[in-house]
Amino acid sequence: MLLSAEILAARGVASLSRLLGRGAGMTVPGKLLSKLDPGAIDRLAARLPQGVALVSATNGKTTASAMAAEILRPRFRLAHNRSGANLVSGVASTLLAAPEAELGLLEVDEAALPEVIRRVRPRAVCLANLFRDQLDRYGELELVAGRWREAVTQLAGDAVLVVNGDDPQVGALADGHARSVVFGLDDPRVARPALQHAADSKHCIRCGAPYEYRAAYVGHLGDYRCPRCGHSRPPLDVVARSIELHGLERASFELATADGARRIDLPVPGLYNVYNALAAAALARALGATLDEVVAGLERFSAAFGRFERIDVDGKTILMLLIKNPAGANEAVRTLVDGGAPRVAVVALNDAIADGRDVSWIWDVDFEPLLDGLETLVATGDRAAELGLRFKYGGLAEDAVELDPALDSALDRGLELTPVGGELVVLPTYTAMLALQRLVADRGLAKRYWERVA
Amino acid sequence: MRPSVRVAHLYPDYLNIYADRGNIAVLDRRASWRGFDLEVSAIGLGDEIVPGAHDLYYVGGGQDREQLLVAPDLVAKAEPLREAVVAGGAALLAVCGGYQLLGRGYRGLHGEDMPGAGLLPLETVAGERRMIGDVLLECELVPGRRTTLAGFENHAGRTMLDPGATPLGRVVAGFGNDGASGYEGCVLGRAVGTYLHGPLLPRNPWLADWLLAQALAHREGGNPPELEPLPDALEAQAHDVSSARARARGGLP
Repeated sequence: MLLSAEILAARGVASLSRLLGRGAGMTVPGKLLSKLDPGAIDRLAARLPQGVALVSATNGKTTASAMAAEILRPRFRLAHNRSGANLVSGVASTLLAAPEAELGLLEVDEAALPEVIRRVRPRAVCLANLFRDQLDRYGELELVAGRWREAVTQLAGDAVLVVNGDDPQVGALADGHARSVVFGLDDPRVARPALQHAADSKHCIRCGAPYEYRAAYVGHLGDYRCPRCGHSRPPLDVVARSIELHGLERASFELATADGARRIDLPVPGLYNVYNALAAAALARALGATLDEVVAGLERFSAAFGRFERIDVDGKTILMLLIKNPAGANEAVRTLVDGGAPRVAVVALNDAIADGRDVSWIWDVDFEPLLDGLETLVATGDRAAELGLRFKYGGLAEDAVELDPALDSALDRGLELTPVGGELVVLPTYTAMLALQRLVADRGLAKRYWERVA
Repeated sequence: MRPSVRVAHLYPDYLNIYADRGNIAVLDRRASWRGFDLEVSAIGLGDEIVPGAHDLYYVGGGQDREQLLVAPDLVAKAEPLREAVVAGGAALLAVCGGYQLLGRGYRGLHGEDMPGAGLLPLETVAGERRMIGDVLLECELVPGRRTTLAGFENHAGRTMLDPGATPLGRVVAGFGNDGASGYEGCVLGRAVGTYLHGPLLPRNPWLADWLLAQALAHREGGNPPELEPLPDALEAQAHDVSSARARARGGLP
């Protein structure tokens, strides 16, 4: 099939945009293309001989899809939006930039999922979790869940639906779908003693009674059962058992499937990454990957851009973990504390649209485990003062809070307080993370992300 | 040594969407910095409200689904709650969903009505467009003492106060109760209802102190005491950033 003139023009814009240094040129051509030819994304997707697979979730979609890409790359040439451009325009740009691709592997924004499903007609969709996130932007959780329920009914009958059974709202999406795969954890040893404060879907989706949890793993994800109507976690097809968490370094688990079980040693830490790996494994299996390919892909994975990153600076290390909503931030804190609570931390809170204009979510994060041993908090970002209040009212002495809204001097202050050979923990929100990335890149410490993507 | 202030937190498992525990944490710390304790008890579905047993009631915000789950229970508690607050003089803070639930009720767009406790003189009807963003109010809770409140609103309901009812403040920037009247919230004696979260109290400590003083007056009798001032530099900075956000957004749209 010949490419239309519009597609060629949009490709030209992508190169131009990259040359001009305007970000990665990731979404500009997609936006242009959508204007010039609204049906182009549908045709670009239809051209892929192996079809399209989608990954969506509130938390972990970038990491889970990057893990799936690592597993599938030896088997297929991929069109994969690794930089996280996950709206309709980003999907269009990604498809446009990969004319030789065989399989589309796309992370999709929760709100954009219904339209993307309608347009690209995926052969597989992986839905990993729904947490409350940026209520000012996405609306209430129930609203997003309702749109997903509707979107799933649009799937072709032979499309595979991969869902996280540990999430009551998400697990129920597979009800009635012919081809579904349910994944989840089965290891009460790594469960939380109680539901976290920020747990969202803790009331039965059928009758409203509070669920009872045999094990609660991350937020409201776990092995639940309603004592009133009996609604419970569906049977699992792809399971993580015998989980071992090794502080800030790595995690390992046994991956159990109908075709056998394998031990996996993940080079990234935290229970949330075990969930990401399970999602990736279940999706990749549905797309034809062997168990050997799954193990090999997951074991050579390195963290997605900025989600979990170590950067060396003059004999010190910056450890950067993205925080963006209560459930995700709780896991970042839990993983940090498991690795030994830090003495100094730089926390950066911005309130741009991509971070959420409403910063109330920081009060739902359990930052308290960080307070033991924390000598200095450098609060930074546009809403640094609000962050300072969060820690002050959480119990940190006010003189342990240093306020500096400017990211560059805050980072310098954090580094100054870190001994040579030590590690500085930095917890930024999304736009603060991008700004910090640029900062360290401009100092020549790390490559810009599109250079690494290329 | 002052007695402790007894706080009843209504439905903490259901109504907690906008970090309501931040408001409780502020009340708790500011009480303890002044040498008295806050005893917080949860009142859930089916639990009884005993007038006189609590000095301050707190009702937070919830998603639509959670609000619908608690509404019938709150209606069943309406009588003792009115007795405790309106007749008995206990203090109350209701935020967002809790604010709507304490009015006479919520009329949905498609007839899905939700009854309210009828404690505050107001009712709410659904609107087409959500009103979302930073808000700045000017208040005068204590006559002659003008103050500002900075917060964030996110609501589809339009709340209409009854004629003669007292709003919490005048809208300097943002939508307020209904996006048209120029007013926000409602005050009735020692009860305050508002759409403002953020959460509200950390960046507006004067309101936390006002509530604590009202609660102490309920506990000890007599007039609300003047509380010893606290160093609130960080609070003032957070307030200024938040109010600048609201001002940048402008007045009533």
